[in-house]
Amino acid sequence: MKLTFTPEEIAFRDEIRAFIEQNYPQNLKGVGDREDLTKEDYLSWHRILGAKGWSTPAWPVEYGGPGWHATQKYIFGEELARAETVPVLPFGVNMVAPVIYTFGTPEQKARFLPAIQKGEEWWCQGYSEPGAGSDLAGLSTKAVRDGDFYIVNGQKTWTTLAQHADWGFFLVRTNSDCKPQEGISFLLIDMKSPGVEVRPIITMDGAHEVNEVWLTDVKVPVANRVFEENKGWTCAKFLLAHERTGIAQVARSKMGLKKLKKLATETISEGLPLAKDRDFKHKLSELEIDLRALEITELRVLANEQKGKGPGAESSILKINGSVIQQRITELFLEAVGPYGAPNPRAYKAEGGNFAIGPQGAPMAALNYFNVRKTSIFGGSNEIQRNIIAKLVLGL
Amino acid sequence: MDFDFTDEQKMMRDGLSRLIAQKYTFEDRHKAVASKTGWRPDLWAEFAEMGLMMAPLPEEMGGLSGDAIDAMIIMEEFGKGLVIEPYLQSVICAGSLIRNAGNDTQKAELGEKITSGEAIFAPAIYEAEGRFNPAFVATSAKKNGSDYLLNGNKAVVFGGPMSDSFIVSARASGATSDETGISLFVVNKDQTGLTTQNYTTVDGLQASELFLEDVAVSGASVLGEVGGAFAHIEQMRDHAIAAICAEAVGLMTVANAQTIEYAKTRKQFGVPISSFQVLQHAMVNMLIALEEAKSMALLAAIECAGDDAKARAKACAAAKVKIGQSARIIGQNAIQIHGGMGMTNELAISHYFKRLTMIDAQFGNVDYHMRRYGEMD
Repeated sequence: MKLTFTPEEIAFRDEIRAFIEQNYPQNLKGVGDREDLTKEDYLSWHRILGAKGWSTPAWPVEYGGPGWHATQKYIFGEELARAETVPVLPFGVNMVAPVIYTFGTPEQKARFLPAIQKGEEWWCQGYSEPGAGSDLAGLSTKAVRDGDFYIVNGQKTWTTLAQHADWGFFLVRTNSDCKPQEGISFLLIDMKSPGVEVRPIITMDGAHEVNEVWLTDVKVPVANRVFEENKGWTCAKFLLAHERTGIAQVARSKMGLKKLKKLATETISEGLPLAKDRDFKHKLSELEIDLRALEITELRVLANEQKGKGPGAESSILKINGSVIQQRITELFLEAVGPYGAPNPRAYKAEGGNFAIGPQGAPMAALNYFNVRKTSIFGGSNEIQRNIIAKLVLGL
Repeated sequence: MDFDFTDEQKMMRDGLSRLIAQKYTFEDRHKAVASKTGWRPDLWAEFAEMGLMMAPLPEEMGGLSGDAIDAMIIMEEFGKGLVIEPYLQSVICAGSLIRNAGNDTQKAELGEKITSGEAIFAPAIYEAEGRFNPAFVATSAKKNGSDYLLNGNKAVVFGGPMSDSFIVSARASGATSDETGISLFVVNKDQTGLTTQNYTTVDGLQASELFLEDVAVSGASVLGEVGGAFAHIEQMRDHAIAAICAEAVGLMTVANAQTIEYAKTRKQFGVPISSFQVLQHAMVNMLIALEEAKSMALLAAIECAGDDAKARAKACAAAKVKIGQSARIIGQNAIQIHGGMGMTNELAISHYFKRLTMIDAQFGNVDYHMRRYGEMD
């Protein structure tokens, strides 16, 4: 039992840190993860890591992973968060890729994995539908077999950053005469296919992050189906468990907390720094303690994974607490900036106002708070996660 | 014990509710927020025509001699309709300052402008470093012959962009946080030395930063006793709190109703999501939060209508705490139960959530008033 790093691990950390310092794009410094980034912004850092062999820390070596053990992966995540790099988006690397290397054909692996690893192709996730949110298996987008193709019709929604996507992985219904879970297939769809239309959804923070994806008579080669027909639910569940671990965002939350503390020392309230305010300090401590508990819990899950026990229902615990902590960080940010949460930077920037109102850290506080209300909803709402734990962990 | 409104009050409420339903739909509001001016001058005129500006103000200001109960009724309807016009600033806040600090001429002249709706006034009381403390006044007022020269900045002045005049607090003597030494000045928007930076807020309102540089105001524009304005400011704050709590109650009422309606119609797993116990309990908690908020908003209004300053301050501090807590419970649960749909800009619920969220930082947040309450005995 120990929590300290070995000399080798410290050397590893220093190597990562030096690499980031020397190679992270200058123009992306200080961007954080909540401004409106372009496709190129995201991919440029992904490609740099890809060229080094570090864009896919969790992949097996045979598919291009670096062969790191759990502690190294943890250190890597910490260092990326510490440097506030643009995130490597999870849709390709952490979501569809594990499905492809676990369930895919040799041809699919060869076709898709290298491009994901190198950051050449952008992926999006076609899961939710207007009528199938928490009840994902109730999805109705239909794929009808026609020779070597499926003809796909339906609508997906909440598709994150689909406006940039080259490829999408979609859950589609291939059989309606059975239990909902038994008639689903997992398709890889070229987003440039005729009949694919991406329509923006503007969220309450004014951002264009999510989309509707409409599919009208889209022709998809049968060769782009992963795993057997009507067995897509197996892939879907496998992917969701992977999604949930990443969703905890512990390293990013640690960075968020650090920034929050800095803001509290800089924000003057009635002539004194807010960091000296007992009530505010109490809330900061409470948050930090909860985050520490989450961090150690995540490390325990990682250690288990290292012994070959894949992420199971415990990842739901990480999702619940990780999402709530992200929300509380933004809640305290908004509290810290007080009256200066009010000015809307999107509005004054749209009008050509090239100024910031209020203290540093204030302009995005409210919009970030609004935005992260999503974390307890997406990736399986926190209510659904509790159902999973009740059923699979407690056996209720 | 009587919690009933008079017939006149009920008529005013119903008339306002009808006007909002007809002319202030969610789409109308959306357009107004996005428009160049960012508000509805036409509706402002209709509000004035209905007598809403007169309702809570005394006769000598051209008002109908109503009180904080009338203000509560109006603000609750404004909350329900997500109304963005600066009634709180001009009628409640400026109205309160002029009523309590103004001389007879000021009451008559400025009061007429407010009650007719022909001019808009905004209080410019808070400063960036003072956060929620209205006694923190670094803006200085230096005597210059019979004039005063004002220098300093005022933070997040709601209603600023559409205001014709500001009521600015400035200090003629004392240290920055002293309660004595603060005076109030009526400053016209076009006065030399006054610049503003206008912006839209995240919840669709309009506000300004004020920068005063050697703004020369005459002795006639001093509101009340020089150096003795703090009690008036405190009273204004309490009335503002009572009013904004009523607005919050209106917002929460609609947020709860929309959430319940959504849960009853949204189906997952073949049943309405309202049949899930975990969501039922969440909605019950929202109802409890609303009922508590209603009670405290009512208490604040009743004490504001009374004449016991201590009881008024205590009730308003308590109400602001409770409203902040209830707004958080209701706002967060409303979005959670709406799921992804709640996140969109398209649905009204996210706008109720945003306004409910931002009310906490107006006139002091939960922590501020919790502390204030604790220090009052």
